[in-house]
Amino acid sequence: MSELKKYKELALGGNIEKGGTAVDFKTGDWRSSRPVYNPENCIQCLFCWVYCPDSAVILKDGKVAGFNLEHCKGCGICAHECPGKKKVKAIVMEEEVK
Amino acid sequence: MQKIILAKTGNEAMALAMKQVNPDVVAAYPITPATEIVQIFSQYVADGEVKTEFVAVESEHSAMSACIGSCAAGARTMTGTSSQGLALMYEMIYIAAGLRLPIVMADVNRALSAPINIHCDHSDSMGCRDAGWVHIFSENAQEAYDSMIQAVRIAEHKDVRLPVMVTTDGFIISHGMERIDTLPDAEVQNFIGKYDPLMHLLDVKKPFTIGAINLTDYYFEHRRAMVDAQNNSLKVIKEVGAEFGKKFDTGYGLIEKYQLDDAEVAIVALGSTCGTAKVVIDQLRAKGVKAGLLKIRVFRPFPTEEIAKALENIKTVAVLDRSDSVGGFGGPVFTEIRSALYGSAKRPQIAGFVYGLGGREIDMEQIEGLFMDLKAGKVKADSVSYLGVRE
Amino acid sequence: MANLKELAARGDKFTGGHRACAGCGASIVARQALLAAGDKPVVVTCATGCLEVVSTIFPYTAWDVPFIHSAFENSAATISGVEAAYKSLHRQGTVKEDIRFLAFGGDGGTYDIGLQALSGAMERGHNMLYICYDNQAYMNTGIQRSSATPRGSSTTTSPNGKKIPGKIQFRKNLTEIMAAHGIPYVAQSVVGNWSDFTKKVEKALAKGGPAFIAVLQPCRLGWGYPPELTAELGRLAVETNFWPLYEVEDGRYKLNATPKERKPIGEWMFQQERFRHLKKPEHQSIIDDIQKDIDARWEQLNKKCSL
Repeated sequence: MSELKKYKELALGGNIEKGGTAVDFKTGDWRSSRPVYNPENCIQCLFCWVYCPDSAVILKDGKVAGFNLEHCKGCGICAHECPGKKKVKAIVMEEEVK
Repeated sequence: MQKIILAKTGNEAMALAMKQVNPDVVAAYPITPATEIVQIFSQYVADGEVKTEFVAVESEHSAMSACIGSCAAGARTMTGTSSQGLALMYEMIYIAAGLRLPIVMADVNRALSAPINIHCDHSDSMGCRDAGWVHIFSENAQEAYDSMIQAVRIAEHKDVRLPVMVTTDGFIISHGMERIDTLPDAEVQNFIGKYDPLMHLLDVKKPFTIGAINLTDYYFEHRRAMVDAQNNSLKVIKEVGAEFGKKFDTGYGLIEKYQLDDAEVAIVALGSTCGTAKVVIDQLRAKGVKAGLLKIRVFRPFPTEEIAKALENIKTVAVLDRSDSVGGFGGPVFTEIRSALYGSAKRPQIAGFVYGLGGREIDMEQIEGLFMDLKAGKVKADSVSYLGVRE
Repeated sequence: MANLKELAARGDKFTGGHRACAGCGASIVARQALLAAGDKPVVVTCATGCLEVVSTIFPYTAWDVPFIHSAFENSAATISGVEAAYKSLHRQGTVKEDIRFLAFGGDGGTYDIGLQALSGAMERGHNMLYICYDNQAYMNTGIQRSSATPRGSSTTTSPNGKKIPGKIQFRKNLTEIMAAHGIPYVAQSVVGNWSDFTKKVEKALAKGGPAFIAVLQPCRLGWGYPPELTAELGRLAVETNFWPLYEVEDGRYKLNATPKERKPIGEWMFQQERFRHLKKPEHQSIIDDIQKDIDARWEQLNKKCSL
């Protein structure tokens, strides 16, 4: 976190003057397992993207391109929802190695 | 400028001021004795005399919640309430101030339950004296009208940005008919100017968050900023009051001294009691008694220095409280004044009197008796007593 | 209705970096709602509660839209004030955009403490969509029972004890209470069916006037299940008829999904820690009661839908 501000440096009424500043806060270190993406098994259904609680599935040109591991908390919803190709999932959860 | 002389009750005068301010939004709920303000204003809306969007909410809590939403959305916003209504708003009163939203509210002072009572005392607004609002008391309907207009300027001033409540004594002022000088609509509009909300929710291209949770790292800083705003408002209230006087002949300050400078005995009071006291003082002065009055117009911010200075040459002062801090040492006015005087080298002896709870009358004889007791040295310094109760 | 590619093209207005639990269903509700609303500007409020707390820890906000929070019981009143300001300023020509208004509240803030403010705002006819993320208890304060908590559920204020096996009462049917307001649009949706929810948010916002959507939102912490099951447990609630997907549009009821075969309620309940104590044989009568209640409610709903 950046240095704490003095009261006169703050915006009126405790306003956060910009939208979406939470992107600067990292929640990735909460994770105990991480999603691993195998594009070969991906049908680009985007279920992983739409159900991610942390907006952590990265899309490029409307296609899954990986994960934002600064935000991903490792819940595993993406892997669970993934239908995969011929019942082989495109996302699997792997334990984080500390 | 030609003033318009009208016969108005306090409620009518406040509703008229609101009409002339012509706010963007009013959200309000009826409650005795403030109901008329909402009622009269609704008629202005129904007759198309204001541009206001009127939100007839289902409770006072929602009234203040809607005012907070509206003000944060950049609308000039007003409301009115009393007593239990203000008590129900209590949570939102703090939030309106904390979010620094310049809402203006008419509060018709009425006793708080229990027992339920519809008449005047100041316990309702005194109950939220620490919330961060500016509190302006009125001696009569004229002051209520004038202060409602000034309140808009004070609240919206860039160095203040705090909500303001203007109070009247329930029934005594709210329902008493008086002759008042009113201003033409255009003069009111010129005086208050345009509202600049700085940031607002409807500015959708510049999203921001208002009302974020603060943990131990920032809550204190944001509350500290409010203290500065309250302090700044001391100057702003005086400037706005002086400008009002320059334009419309009657100026306003934080306090009013009535025959005080050479007084030997004095009382301190708020609201309509000051009018009664002035008559008594005139009579006593005619008899050679050097009696005086310190009227507190602005209770928040508390004008500590001005009050200490105003009282420094008085021998004995009686502080009248129309509410009590049950379990404390005296009512809120007494406590504040005693604290304000503590640092003065020259300070009078003071005693506190709690009076008029639940609309109990205070008459001229009682005030005269108080002055005579002060003069005769019958009032014990640093004591608190109850005036007008059957003991 | 926008498909997923179109939603993706709109971009997220509820960002990552918020402090919700891993697998939080409320975050999914907020994110999908803003994606669905995303073709027009929106102003959002949220009642005090999980969603608000995790998303706005100063100086971080997950809301990339104008956002206001004021208190717990008043998100409907607060947004009604914002909407009133909009009406006034739009009429006066100082605000030109076509803006939508969205309020979020949990079941505590909606079924219980905020019911009055919600009812008032709906009756007044504000142009607003209220979304209740219903996780069936006060999760933010540590899983206390609300009037949305289902019968049998063990919460910290309706705990499973030696004498009392969890919450005694059935849950309140808020969706029906909202339908009784006669507002243009009322619906039930669920976390785990993104297209149903997206469709409903879009419809509610397009209709204009007051609208209400109750979204059943599995909560991994309060319900007690592994985080990856959030969406699945939502769908299972629909497949057991515990949480029918339906809508009431201008007074007309419509079922949006009918399970091919209604699954027994135990299939849903026993995946959750909060109901696990009811597995004991002596509590079979409670399960039977719950099943009876679900079937009766389903039948009533079907009658309304066939009118």
